[in-house]
Amino acid sequence: MAAPPRPDSIALLDRLMAALVARGIVTEAEVAERQANTDKASPETGARMVARAWTDPAYRALLLSDGRAAAEEMGVSMAGAPPLGVLENAPGRHHLVVCTLCSCYPRAVLGYPPNWYKSFAYRSRAVREPRQVLAEWGLNLPDTVEVRVVDSTADYRWMVLPMRPAGTEGWDATRLAALVTRDALVGVAVPVAA
Amino acid sequence: MSEMPRFAAGATVRVKDDWPERRGPCHIRTPHYIRGRTGTVVRPLGAFANPEDLAFAKPAPKRTLYHVLFAQEPLWQEGKAGDTVMVEVFEHWLEPHPIKQEA
Repeated sequence: MAAPPRPDSIALLDRLMAALVARGIVTEAEVAERQANTDKASPETGARMVARAWTDPAYRALLLSDGRAAAEEMGVSMAGAPPLGVLENAPGRHHLVVCTLCSCYPRAVLGYPPNWYKSFAYRSRAVREPRQVLAEWGLNLPDTVEVRVVDSTADYRWMVLPMRPAGTEGWDATRLAALVTRDALVGVAVPVAA
Repeated sequence: MSEMPRFAAGATVRVKDDWPERRGPCHIRTPHYIRGRTGTVVRPLGAFANPEDLAFAKPAPKRTLYHVLFAQEPLWQEGKAGDTVMVEVFEHWLEPHPIKQEA
C-alpha cells in the first residue's frame, strides 16, 4: 500500500482545488462524481462485458465497434471518460496492453491500474520482450500465435476481449464472468475454466 | 471529424524522425522507439485535440489519430518474426512511405 499522504501535500491539494473552483474550471461536485465513478469501477465490470460478449453475438459486435456504448449498456457512466477500444483475441493473435509513456488504463471499466502496470519494468519490457514478460507471468504462447503489443499512447483506452475457454459450454454469463480476471483484460493472462 | 483522414487503412507510413524534446520544452505522445520507423495504418481512430498544444494551454486544433502497426523484430533487432506493436500516432507525425511493404 502507498504511504499515507503528507500534511503539506494535502494542504497543496486544497490550495489547487480552491484555485480551480475559483476560476470555474471544476466544481467540488464534479471531482466527487468522477472519484465515485472510479471507486465504483473494478475489473468485475470488464469481466461482465466480456462474459456477455461470449454469450450474446449482438453485444459482442457492439463491444468491438463501440466500447463506450457497450459499457454504457452495462450501466457504466462513461461521461467524461476517453473512448474505449476493445481488442479481440483470436486463435492466432494475442493482445497485450501497455502504456510506455505513462499509465493510461481503461479506468471506467477496470478501476485503478495495479502498481505493476505503472512500473518502469513493465512499461519498458512489455513493448520490447513481450513473450519473456508473459512467460514470467506463466503464459507461454505457441509460436503460431502473433503477440500484438498495444501501446496506449494517446486518446483511447484499451481493453482485451479474451477467448472463451474450452470446457465452458452451456455456462451462463455470471459463471463465465467469474473466470475473467483483471490480468486477462490487460492481456498478461488468459482465462481458463477451473 | 471535420477533415478527411490523409491516410487510409493499409497505407504504408513512416513516423517522422523528429526530436522536438531537443529543441525545448514539449509534450509528445509519439514514443521514441517508433520515430523514423515504417509501419502500416490499421485504421483512423477519429480526431482529437493535439496534446502537444493542450499541455501548454494553447489552442489545440483537432488532429486525426491513427492506429499504426509495426513489426516487432525490426524495432528492437530482437524478438520473434510475426509479432507486432500497435501504437496510436497523430497524423502530423506520419509521412507517406514510397516503398511498398510486402504483405
